[in-house]
Amino acid sequence: MQSQATYNYKVVRQFAVMTVIWGIVGMLVGVIIAAQLIWPELNVVEWLSYGRLRPLHTNAVIFAFGGCALFATSYFAVQRTSHAPLFAPALAAFTFWGWQLIIVLAALSLPLGFTSGKEYAELEWPIDILITLVWVSYAVVFFGTIVKRTVSHIYVANWFFGGFILTVAVLHLVNSAAVPVLSAGILTPKSYSAYAGVQDAMVQWWYGHNAVGFFLTAGFLGMMYYFVPKQAGRPVYSYRLSVVHFWALIFTYMWAGPHHLHYTALPDWTQSVGMIFSLILLAPSWGGMINGIMTLSGAWHKLRDDPILKFMITSLSFYGMSTFEGPMMSIKTVNALSHYTDWTVGHVHSGALGWVAMISIGSIYYLLPRLFGKAEMHSKKLIEAHFWIATIGVVLYIASMWIAGVMQGLMWRATNPDGTLTYSFVESVKATYPFWTIRLLGGLLFLTGMVIMAYNMFLTMAGGKAVNAPVLAPAAAH
Amino acid sequence: MSDFVSGFWNIYVVGIVLVSVVGCGVFLWTQSTAVHVEGQTTGHVWDEDLQEFSNPLPSWWRWLFYITIVFSLFYLAMYPGLGTYQGQFKWSSTGQYDGEIKKADEQYGPIFKKFQSQDIMAVAANSEAKEMGQRLFLTYCSQCHGSDAKGGRGFPNLTDSDWLFGGAPDQIKESILKGRDAMMPAKGVKPDLNGDQIKDLANYVRSLSGLASDSIRAQRGKELFAPACGACHGPDGKGTLALAPNLTDKVWLYGSSEDTIVETITKGRTNRMPAFGEFLGDAKVHLLTAYVYGLGGGEKAAPAAAAAPAEKK
Repeated sequence: MQSQATYNYKVVRQFAVMTVIWGIVGMLVGVIIAAQLIWPELNVVEWLSYGRLRPLHTNAVIFAFGGCALFATSYFAVQRTSHAPLFAPALAAFTFWGWQLIIVLAALSLPLGFTSGKEYAELEWPIDILITLVWVSYAVVFFGTIVKRTVSHIYVANWFFGGFILTVAVLHLVNSAAVPVLSAGILTPKSYSAYAGVQDAMVQWWYGHNAVGFFLTAGFLGMMYYFVPKQAGRPVYSYRLSVVHFWALIFTYMWAGPHHLHYTALPDWTQSVGMIFSLILLAPSWGGMINGIMTLSGAWHKLRDDPILKFMITSLSFYGMSTFEGPMMSIKTVNALSHYTDWTVGHVHSGALGWVAMISIGSIYYLLPRLFGKAEMHSKKLIEAHFWIATIGVVLYIASMWIAGVMQGLMWRATNPDGTLTYSFVESVKATYPFWTIRLLGGLLFLTGMVIMAYNMFLTMAGGKAVNAPVLAPAAAH
Repeated sequence: MSDFVSGFWNIYVVGIVLVSVVGCGVFLWTQSTAVHVEGQTTGHVWDEDLQEFSNPLPSWWRWLFYITIVFSLFYLAMYPGLGTYQGQFKWSSTGQYDGEIKKADEQYGPIFKKFQSQDIMAVAANSEAKEMGQRLFLTYCSQCHGSDAKGGRGFPNLTDSDWLFGGAPDQIKESILKGRDAMMPAKGVKPDLNGDQIKDLANYVRSLSGLASDSIRAQRGKELFAPACGACHGPDGKGTLALAPNLTDKVWLYGSSEDTIVETITKGRTNRMPAFGEFLGDAKVHLLTAYVYGLGGGEKAAPAAAAAPAEKK
């Protein structure tokens, strides 16, 4: 404690608070489009129609909510595990304001109908350039801090954060490569993809699956590796496991994209390669789950009365479930049933709500009191309530989508004795209504949890004041 | 047909895939032989209390990893994956598709052929054929024409007696077999029509169906109609079979509001019914023709009497 310098908590605070705000916004849009599926008359005007709001929902929850959570937690963890304040604080501030600007531009341009048509990469080229600038700054701040570190070893959380930052840069640049056009002035940008046909589809899903693999997995594993051992007060279960599953995970994920294009114009060999690497991915993914959950071994009793730990351990359970489900769905014969059905939607949300959102929520609950000079959150009871409401919400969501998806898949392939379809498409839509209603309820519960979190956060902030902790000297060298 | 522009890429794919799959196993093996002291930490400490145990890899997890690698190698031996190598099972997605289609044709073909030689009118009266026709219709036609065949905006109603390309059995069958293309040029045959004149025309067209219209505009529109629209729709607006719809029968494909008609005249309309002959084959189309014919609006084959009962709109 000899150092006078303090960690840069300001940018962490900003991102942490915006995580909760954007979480509410993104999930609210999700609830709206879930309702629009049940009541199509809710598509009142074109800007708020399902087709425009759906990309807004995905962008808001992945890049606004998830992105802010990753910025907040990685900036916090990298400083503290490097025992050095953030490198280039002005650049760190730029990443905050730049990222918020990108989110606002997305929230305006997507409802107005501007889209490059690439899933999870819908934003047009001027925004893509801004993303690149912010992301490169993020990399400079993050790796600059690593370089400045005063401990010799780099903590495991930083491998995952670092891998996520580097890979997302490559993914974004390659997939967003496009001919930029301004056909009718500065306000009408249009991106024409640099790729065509099946190559474009392959690049898109190489990007799309790695958005899941790196943005939504590697980054959040980094979060897990810092906050789970911290909250549990236990060492990480196995250093060796973290080494093996880190390298195996980042290597294998890169190959898995073609499983999004089974039974399409993509060549058979490419589909097979995508499928086998998706299967190989099972063990590396579970490595993260094991390392997280087993970190708690010897301290299971803490789960009883620590709702933050409940969030974290539940998130790891959902992570294990969805990373088992994913390889299974990548098997061609399973995919023939599951593809294009609500099962896919259920799978995604098992990962997005169960894993990504819950580990973020747990980590943000850990952060907030420390960022605002408090011992703990304003109300532990409200965290507990949030946990149960959110968990019930996720379970309702994914269970209804599983049933709906398998039902749709079976209805679509059912044939009469003369070979005609037993059900027309619209009959499968009609049969799905009850499950969409349960899904809406699940989503609404999850959103309610986020509103409770915001309330708890503002009361914690009101009762505290912004503080920056002093930079710690590393533990004595070994 | 090869997926590769040169033999090099084949070798490249085979090499990189095998090295990657096997490499995962080799990496795992080297890591599982490292020395561990269970229950001890690695000795590194970060941020006051972050430490790592030096526990070995859980063996069930290692075996899970190995099994997926072995399975993958087996899969690559049996199925296409290693470049141009087909795999021992000689499976391909096109092969599977062709096989399934062949089997389906063998299994289901005779069922549909039963009615192929019968007259459409006779098939339309057969209740078994009607049920089969409906199943075909729901599978292939309902996406556009609706489950009840009453159509929608841009998609004709098949249950009324208004036929754009004719409602006789042969005409319906030709529509399904070969498809139909329809194109109304923007501003008819008078490209110099201005916005005001188009509004006049829209009012006149509305008046033809007895819809509310501005009588002065309609009067002016009437004078424009013959030179601009008459060539196809006829001087009286009653249309020409297979060329232009009847504008006086109160059946509207795109809508009857003044705005919609103005849009139709200003921008023209292009529409297409896809051809199903090659896809479905004559036997199924025959059943579908009879089904559509029997929906209520079918016309007798003889050109003389259109005996279908008058439909109320």
